[in-house]
Amino acid sequence: MAAPKVGTFTTGLVPLPAENVDTDQIVPARYLKVIDKAGLADALFHDWRFEADGSKKSPPFVIDEPRYAGHGILVAGDNFGGGSSREHAPWALGAFGIKAILATSFADIFKSNALKNGILPIVLRADLHGTLMQIAKDDLAATVTIELATATLTTPDGAAHAFPIDAFSQKMLLDGLDELDYIRTQGEKILAHETSHPGTINTLQPNAPR
Amino acid sequence: MPKTIIEKIWNEHVVDQQEGAPAILAIDLHLVHEVTSPQAFTGLRARGLKVRRPDRTVATADHSIPTTPRNLPIADEMAAAQVKQLEANCAEFGVPLHGWESPNQGIVHVIGPELGLTQPGATIVCGDSHTATHGAFGALAFGIGTSEVEMVLATQCLLQRKPKTYLVRVDGTLRPGVSAKDIILALIARIGVGGGTGHVFEYAGSAIRDLSMEERMTICNMSIEGGARAGLVAPDETTFAYLKGRPHAPQGADWEAAVARWRTLTSDEGATYDKEIVINADTLEPMVTYGTNPGMGLPISGTIPNPADESDPAAARALTRALEYMDLRAGDSIIGRPVNTVFIGSCTNGRISDLRLAANVLKGQTIAKGVRVMVVPGSADVKRQAEREGLDKIFRDAGADWREAGCSMCIAMNGDQLAPGEYAISTSNRNFEGRQGKGGRTFLASPLTAAATALTGVIADPRTLPGMSR
Repeated sequence: MAAPKVGTFTTGLVPLPAENVDTDQIVPARYLKVIDKAGLADALFHDWRFEADGSKKSPPFVIDEPRYAGHGILVAGDNFGGGSSREHAPWALGAFGIKAILATSFADIFKSNALKNGILPIVLRADLHGTLMQIAKDDLAATVTIELATATLTTPDGAAHAFPIDAFSQKMLLDGLDELDYIRTQGEKILAHETSHPGTINTLQPNAPR
Repeated sequence: MPKTIIEKIWNEHVVDQQEGAPAILAIDLHLVHEVTSPQAFTGLRARGLKVRRPDRTVATADHSIPTTPRNLPIADEMAAAQVKQLEANCAEFGVPLHGWESPNQGIVHVIGPELGLTQPGATIVCGDSHTATHGAFGALAFGIGTSEVEMVLATQCLLQRKPKTYLVRVDGTLRPGVSAKDIILALIARIGVGGGTGHVFEYAGSAIRDLSMEERMTICNMSIEGGARAGLVAPDETTFAYLKGRPHAPQGADWEAAVARWRTLTSDEGATYDKEIVINADTLEPMVTYGTNPGMGLPISGTIPNPADESDPAAARALTRALEYMDLRAGDSIIGRPVNTVFIGSCTNGRISDLRLAANVLKGQTIAKGVRVMVVPGSADVKRQAEREGLDKIFRDAGADWREAGCSMCIAMNGDQLAPGEYAISTSNRNFEGRQGKGGRTFLASPLTAAATALTGVIADPRTLPGMSR
C-alpha cells in the first residue's frame, strides 16, 4: 500500500450544505465489518443514498446526481467528520472519487485520517466558503484548481486563495512519503526512550515486577 | 514555569521533535479491537514488520460480536470473519487477546481499567474515539485511525501535535437523581459538538473530585462528543484505591514507587489553559438529548426547542431536520415521550455501578408493557460481579433482557438494534441518525433516567422515583 501522493488537480464541486456531518453518516457502522477496504464506495453516505431494499433513492442524493458525476471536491458545512474515528470514512470518500473537502472546520480525528489518505481537508473562511457553496449549487461547469505545492485554491474567477496546511503533511503528500517510514528513521531515539522509560504497563504478565 | 498535567504527560513521552514536524510520541498502552485493526495488521504483514511491543498491546472483541450466549456461533458471517481475523492476527503477531470467549473479554474501554492496565500518566491509544475514557485515570488517551494503529503496532509511537488545553471546572455538588452522565451532557449542550476541537479537556473541581472512577470514566468517555480528542482527570486517592491490587497494576515496592510518581501528576498552581469553562453542579438536572447529535440535549424539565427561535439559519435548518428525523414537536415536554426500547450498557455507562443504579430502580418492579429493556454488562467481569450481587435476577424479574458483554446496541453492529422509527432511551454516547439501527431514534440519558423510563415506557424524571437518593 503506497503512501498517497498529491500534486495539482482541477475538478468540479459537489454541494453538501449540512453542518456537523458525522462519520456515522459518512459510513454507517454496519459497513465496518470488512477486513479490507472493499465496497466502501457504496458505503459512502449509504443511508442518505439508498433505500432499505438497496435501490438508489429517487430523487438521488447529490453525489449520485448525474450532473455532479466526476466532481471531486465536496463543499460541506461546519465541523465535518465528527464522532467515530473510523478511517473507513476517508477510505469511502476516496473510493468514490473525492479528492478534497472544503469546510469552515473539521473534526480532529477525521482531519488527520483524511490527510493520511491523500484527501485534503481544506478550511476556508466563511465568506469564501459561502461563495463556493453557491457556485457548487448554481454553476455545474465550474471547476476549482488545488495546488498543494503552493497551498492555493484557484476559484473559477481565476483568483488564487491560500489555504492552511501544516508543512509536514504538505511535504509528505507532495513527495509521496510514508509516515511509518518517517517514524522508523528515528529508531535509535525510540529505543533510547524505551530504555529510559520502562514504565509499569505489561500486558503479557499480570503482577510481574519490571 | 507552571504546567498542566497534560503538558507534563506530553513532555515525558516525546521521543523526538523536529522543527515543523509533529512530535514522535511514545505510547504506553495500545488497545486493539476487531473492527479497526484488520487493515493495520495486513499493512504490517505487507511491510514485513513485527509488532514492536506485544507487552504494551492488548486486544479484545467487542463491537461486532453478539450478546447472546457464548456457546452459540456468531451468525453474522462478516462479523464472524472479523473476529476470526483478529484471533489469527493476534496469534501471528504475539498480541495478548481477551477474545470473545475469554473470562476477561469486554468492551475495550471497560477491560483496560478493570485489568489495571490503564494507569495514570500513561499515553493510551486505540482505533476507537471513546479511548478518551481512560483519561479518567489521569492518562492522555485518545482515538486513532487504522493507519495510526499500524504505526503504533510497528513502532509503539505516533506522530502527534501538542494539543491545546481546555479546563472544565465543575464545582458544587450533584443533587439526588443527577448523575455524572448529566454533567457531560450538560457540558456538550453548552459548548456544542465542535466546542472542544483541537483541545484536550481537563476536568477539575469539587464535583469531579467527589466522583468515583466509574463516574469519571463516564465523563471522560464523552469528551470526543464535545469535539475534544481526549479528556482527563488528575489522579488522586480515589484513583489509587481503584487500581490497587488489580491484575496488571504494579505490586509491592513497585506500587509504592508508582503512587509516589503518580502523585506528581497534577496541574501546577498558576498553570494556564487555552480555554476555560465553569459548570455549577448544584444547578444541573438530569439531561436527555432530543436531537441527532450529543449536543442537542436539554434538562429533563425542559421543552423541545423551536427552530424559529434559532437566529443562525444553519442551526435552524439542522434543528428542523433533527426534529423531523426524531418526529418530535417544538414546545413539547421531553418528559412523557414514549420509547420502545431501553438500552443500559456501553463504554459510557456499562459498569457495575451503572448496573447497580438501574437495578435499584427496577428492583421488585415490572417494566412497562410493550417496552424492551436490554441490559448489557460492559465486560464478562462486570457480568460476573452483577450476578454475584443478584442484579441479573432483578433485571430478569422486572422483564428485562440480561445479555453477554459487548458494545451491542450503542453501535448496533451485532444485531442488537432498533427497527426504523423505533425510539430508544440509551445510556450510550451517540444519537446520530441511524446510529442504533437505520431509521432508529435515540434519546441519550443516564442509567437512572433510563431505568425510570423503563417503568413507565415514557421518558421519566428519576428525581420523582420513590426514595430517590444518590
